[in-house]
Amino acid sequence: MEKRERPLSPHLQIYRPQLTSVLSITHRASGLALLVGTLVLVYWLVAAASGAEAYASAQALLGSWPGRIVLIGFSFALFYHLCNGIRHLFWDVGLGFELKTAYASGHAVIAASVSMTVLAWALAYYMGGGS
Amino acid sequence: MIFRTPLARARGLGSAKSGTHHWWLQRLTAVALVPLSLWLVASLIVLASADHGTVIAWLSSPVAAVLMSALIVAVFYHGQLGLQVVLEDYVHAQWLKLTGIVLMKLVALLLAAVCLFAVLRIAFGN
Repeated sequence: MEKRERPLSPHLQIYRPQLTSVLSITHRASGLALLVGTLVLVYWLVAAASGAEAYASAQALLGSWPGRIVLIGFSFALFYHLCNGIRHLFWDVGLGFELKTAYASGHAVIAASVSMTVLAWALAYYMGGGS
Repeated sequence: MIFRTPLARARGLGSAKSGTHHWWLQRLTAVALVPLSLWLVASLIVLASADHGTVIAWLSSPVAAVLMSALIVAVFYHGQLGLQVVLEDYVHAQWLKLTGIVLMKLVALLLAAVCLFAVLRIAFGN
């Protein structure tokens, strides 16, 4: 039988990344990162429940430079997943599917998640007196 | 011969009787997590350099204890639904997919229980 050339879905390797597709996979990636982040929440809550000593060592670990870098990463993942999740909720009710709107909301998600991360850390440093 | 219309079959929720249950609960927990996660972030900003006593006093308050408990339930429920889809998408060996999903859900349940116990222990003063 003659082999027919049927259209194939494009392989990711040869498909030019677009804002919409990159934001889509980043949503999943940030969700996975946040699952690791919940382990930090577990650790923090258990340390707080265990007593002052355990809490102090948890604070020291999370407040160290590597700890802070990880927390900055988690906070960005949270804000990104939050903002893009809201974008998804609008799609779920059938709004914002036009190409122009999808790109505009995508740019808005990037701007919002980056500025929320910067704002949150600036506030934390301001309220903590820079410590 | 299929006597039922496509709409009736859709309403019948399919062979697993679950239909859009997964999708719906993913959205429901997502909506709950919008205010809850913003509340957590705001609280953590304030508590960033607080000592143990301050954190305990905060988490002992009924509002914080209830919101934290709600957040824990919503986060782990939302997270295990999301990770289930990831495993379904990328793990192709059937036994590994099933084992992975079961283990992941049990771990999520266990971690949620650990978090809730920690919150309750703080709220009710050890």
